[in-house]
Amino acid sequence: MRRITLWLLSTVTVLVLLFSYQASLSTTHAASNSPAPVTSPSPATSPQAGADAGSASDSASGASGDAAATQSQTFIGDAVNTRYGPVQVQIVVSGGKVVTSEVTQVPWNDHKDIQINSYAVPILNAEAVAAQSAQIDMVSGATYTSDAYITSLQSALDQAGL
Amino acid sequence: MSGRAAWVEHIMGMPISIHVRGSQPRGEAVTAAVRSVFGHLRKVDAVLSTWRADSDLLRLQHAEVAPGSEDVHDWIAEVTSLCLQAEERTDGLFAAWRVLDSGRIAFDPTGVVKGWAVASASAYLAEVPDIAWSIGAGGDILCGAGRLLGGQAPVWRIGIQDPADAGRCVDVVGVAVGAVATSGNAIRGTHVRDPRTGGVVDRAGSATVVGPDLVWADVWATAAWVDPQRCARLLAERDPAYRLITVAA
Repeated sequence: MRRITLWLLSTVTVLVLLFSYQASLSTTHAASNSPAPVTSPSPATSPQAGADAGSASDSASGASGDAAATQSQTFIGDAVNTRYGPVQVQIVVSGGKVVTSEVTQVPWNDHKDIQINSYAVPILNAEAVAAQSAQIDMVSGATYTSDAYITSLQSALDQAGL
Repeated sequence: MSGRAAWVEHIMGMPISIHVRGSQPRGEAVTAAVRSVFGHLRKVDAVLSTWRADSDLLRLQHAEVAPGSEDVHDWIAEVTSLCLQAEERTDGLFAAWRVLDSGRIAFDPTGVVKGWAVASASAYLAEVPDIAWSIGAGGDILCGAGRLLGGQAPVWRIGIQDPADAGRCVDVVGVAVGAVATSGNAIRGTHVRDPRTGGVVDRAGSATVVGPDLVWADVWATAAWVDPQRCARLLAERDPAYRLITVAA
């Protein structure tokens, strides 16, 4: 289990993107310095590392719990400071796959009304994420061809629904 | 409104994704409508492709058939009319016609065909009771609800792709019924020309337009890619229902 976990943590790059959606007519983003706080789940977030950096908890998802693959583990990443405030990501790993990922700490927690218009979207390495956990349904981008589709985020989202 | 299903087919050289939410997302009515949507898009490709020599559009351009001939589908006229409207509505920031170096005039309606085709095809899904649907066509998205959908149509969260990194998004917009279209150089390379100069628009970034109709969201996104400032002013004056999101390099 530990090997799987370490493999995951070393291969999965968790990108937390913060979005601030204003209802203005025109919104401009600067892509190159966009708020893309990268929380690379380094070994510091593994359960074996110091408790000061992150924490993890075991929870048996299956009734039997006889195999590691039926267990799910929850990992909570370090809080990362972004220009919007601190962000923290929690991922649940089961059977060697990231099954859910969610942002547990967002800068606008005290603004409930902002929920509809603002999203913190964790986007994980396409190989590792079950796309239904990413908090987006579809992706709009400059026109792409069938060749480019294979590696696209939209493709991952489609796979989740196929 | 709990279940979800998705279908993907490659038509017009691009992936077309259909996502459906509903209590029976794979029910007979849904799958029949999905087949019809794909069928409609294949038909549009056969008539309006700029790649297939046997399309009505290219046979017309190559003078193999006469304009107004019965062999030419009515869609050619419909799309031509839309192109004229688009050019006028955007003050020429969108143009389907351009003069080639040879002096010949080329007509390329692809800038409206995709949005128009997807919007028309979506009518099949709009007839299905109790579903919400979203169609993605090579980066442009149209969302809607089927007939008699109980309660409010659910919101689809549409990620706006980072033009510098296709695996990331820089924004998310929520759309229940409406369209999101993006123009830029991110994936297909330089392909949009500035009609005023004839040169390709070659820079980083992208322009996204969110609004009620996919044809116009798509046209405005193209116009905004050519000239974001001018397009923002035109939108405010002429189409305030559409919102522009630009991503700078």
